[in-house]
Amino acid sequence: MSDSLNAEISAGAGEAAVQELPMSNKSLVKWHTIAGFTWVGIAMLAGLFYSLQLIQQWPLPKIAVLSPGRIRMIHTNLVAFGFLTNCFLAMLYWTVPRLTGRRVASNRLGWLIFAAWNAIILATFVGLHLGEAQAVEWGETPVWVDPLVVVGAILVWIQFYTPIVRSREKAMYVTLWYFTAGFIWLGLTYIMGNFVPQYLVAGNAAGPLLGLYIHDLVGLWVTPMGWGMMYFFVPIILRKPIWSHALSLVGFWGLAFFYPLQGVHHFLGSPVPMFTQYSAVISTIAVEIVVATVIINFFMTWRGSEGSVKRSYAIRWFWLGAFNYALTCLQCAFQVTLTFQQVIHFTDWVVAHAHLVMFGVFSFWIFGMIEHLWPKLTGNEWWSTRLRAWSFWLTAAGLTSMFLVLTGGGLIEGFMSMNLVPRETILTSMRPFWITRVFTGLSIIAGFSCFAVNMVMTALVSSRAHVDTEYTPYEQGGEGGVSIGAI
Amino acid sequence: MSRVEKGGFPLERFSFVFLVAGILFFAFAFVASGWLPMISVRDLEVRTVEQMAQEQPLSFLLLKDEYPEAYTKAFGGMSDAEAFAEALRTGHKTYIGEACWHCHSQQIRPWGGDEHRYGRRSFPEEYHNELNMPPLWGTRRIGPDLIRRGGTHSNDWHVAHFFNPPDVNPVSVMPSYPWFYEEDGLTPNKTGLSIIAYVQWLGSWVPSLEETVYEIPHIESGYEPSTLERSRRAEEAAE
Repeated sequence: MSDSLNAEISAGAGEAAVQELPMSNKSLVKWHTIAGFTWVGIAMLAGLFYSLQLIQQWPLPKIAVLSPGRIRMIHTNLVAFGFLTNCFLAMLYWTVPRLTGRRVASNRLGWLIFAAWNAIILATFVGLHLGEAQAVEWGETPVWVDPLVVVGAILVWIQFYTPIVRSREKAMYVTLWYFTAGFIWLGLTYIMGNFVPQYLVAGNAAGPLLGLYIHDLVGLWVTPMGWGMMYFFVPIILRKPIWSHALSLVGFWGLAFFYPLQGVHHFLGSPVPMFTQYSAVISTIAVEIVVATVIINFFMTWRGSEGSVKRSYAIRWFWLGAFNYALTCLQCAFQVTLTFQQVIHFTDWVVAHAHLVMFGVFSFWIFGMIEHLWPKLTGNEWWSTRLRAWSFWLTAAGLTSMFLVLTGGGLIEGFMSMNLVPRETILTSMRPFWITRVFTGLSIIAGFSCFAVNMVMTALVSSRAHVDTEYTPYEQGGEGGVSIGAI
Repeated sequence: MSRVEKGGFPLERFSFVFLVAGILFFAFAFVASGWLPMISVRDLEVRTVEQMAQEQPLSFLLLKDEYPEAYTKAFGGMSDAEAFAEALRTGHKTYIGEACWHCHSQQIRPWGGDEHRYGRRSFPEEYHNELNMPPLWGTRRIGPDLIRRGGTHSNDWHVAHFFNPPDVNPVSVMPSYPWFYEEDGLTPNKTGLSIIAYVQWLGSWVPSLEETVYEIPHIESGYEPSTLERSRRAEEAAE
């Protein structure tokens, strides 16, 4: 036996001693989840109110702080930073220590990050109500909050780069590639989108950066976190490795190269030079081929465990999310072309697409993760199986019908607009679609309420069944990685 | 196994992922789609609000006559240029804070019927000023495009419209803005005057609504007329 192997064994023993302590801080996971779900509840209400404005039924008093326009910006900002970012932080506290064998930099820093991020979101919430928005779509965060967001991103770097750098494994698992790149991208994207066009350049020089910002916040923050999450939880729940490691490599490096190049496709037809517009179109079509790798990897991993969608709610959410992702990507490759853009650019088609990606994919995956984690975090079995089913079907039905109704409405709107139909006629024609959309939104809110009630009751009512709160191996009497949520 | 002992494939290592994917690819994309468009307009001067306010459109001067008390209360003691600069800044801030730009675009595309509806396509010079940091191009068009909409309606129309748009246009889904007015709900306050000044200013840089070809030779030379304009020109030539 070589010396190096001996050293390895003794290092491993030391490692085991460390691992006896809980690796991840469960309170942080839990509280980030609770914060995320609170913000998204408010965000959904904001969306509902705004949809009522479009059918001339504004329910709130007509006062400045509750103006529909301000509420619209609150809807998108709370989703991006309140919901997704909080839930991703919860996910990071669970996954990173398990993947690296090291704890995060500091628990105290963890609570500081929790306080800082939620203070940022609260300040944004208040600032937008007061009419202090910044003209950066999806970054309307008032200019006086922007520097804090950068500080928040730097704290996240310290907290999670520490365990990754200290990790004994030099070759990282797929999930960690996405996290490593995603953290730095968050900071760079925010600085590029919120400071450069605000203070340094104007007009045609600033416009492309706004496009890059909207796109990179999705592509370089939400997507890497979401994919990393999928690559971690799906193999654990299904208890088998990801189908193809080579495809994982292609997927990650393709995303890293092509995704940052596409932002200008949000402003096709603007006065931005055509070479920039064409490069954005081409790289967008290219990335659709690359993201297909992730979808193939998911479905090929799932193949052979088809019954899991019946047994595990977590897999059911992940499955529908992956299906919606395939749909989104297919849609992207077409809608980015100038031919499609002529019709759909300024219409509800885009709104439908945004909901399909942000809600139908990444939020569904977060719901899948919470399905899996919540019993582990609370030590109790899910309170009600019926509510789990209701939340899934109501949300899925709501999102699917919202997507269909807005896509259809968007096409009609686009063609009418192109054919120089008077705006009044367009608005009248959109009304049935917008009325239906309110009900699809109500369905989503009902589904979400079932989920939230179930979470609260699960935390409060202790179950008799034993819950494996870690991933205890079979040999030690645990359930391995199987979803304890299996019905 | 041996690969793991050696520290893995570079593509799976922290330093490589961090530097190449995290920094290098991002920087490359910034150069390709951020910096190149920047240098393509580096010769354009960015005009300040004060520079633009030296000439006031008729609509703003009329506001002074139409709402003398409100005007004095908001901009009393200022010269026309100072008052207009102040109104533009306040109006611009209101336009952003009320999310006007989420339902009204400020860009005319060369396709999709835009040129027939709103005039010739947008050109970079229109946006090189302080009020386009960042530009308000928008990504959704529930109401009409506004980049050259100023002057389409009278100040009075705007006063009635902002108070409750469905009163003016029954199918309008635009929200009401009663806080743009004094207690009486008839006289615009400073916010009201400013937002009207701002939207009426939009497009004041083109000679008239119909004749929207900007008199800059190199733009004129690179300009392809729209189908409608081509047919009109052909008809004129035939006559």
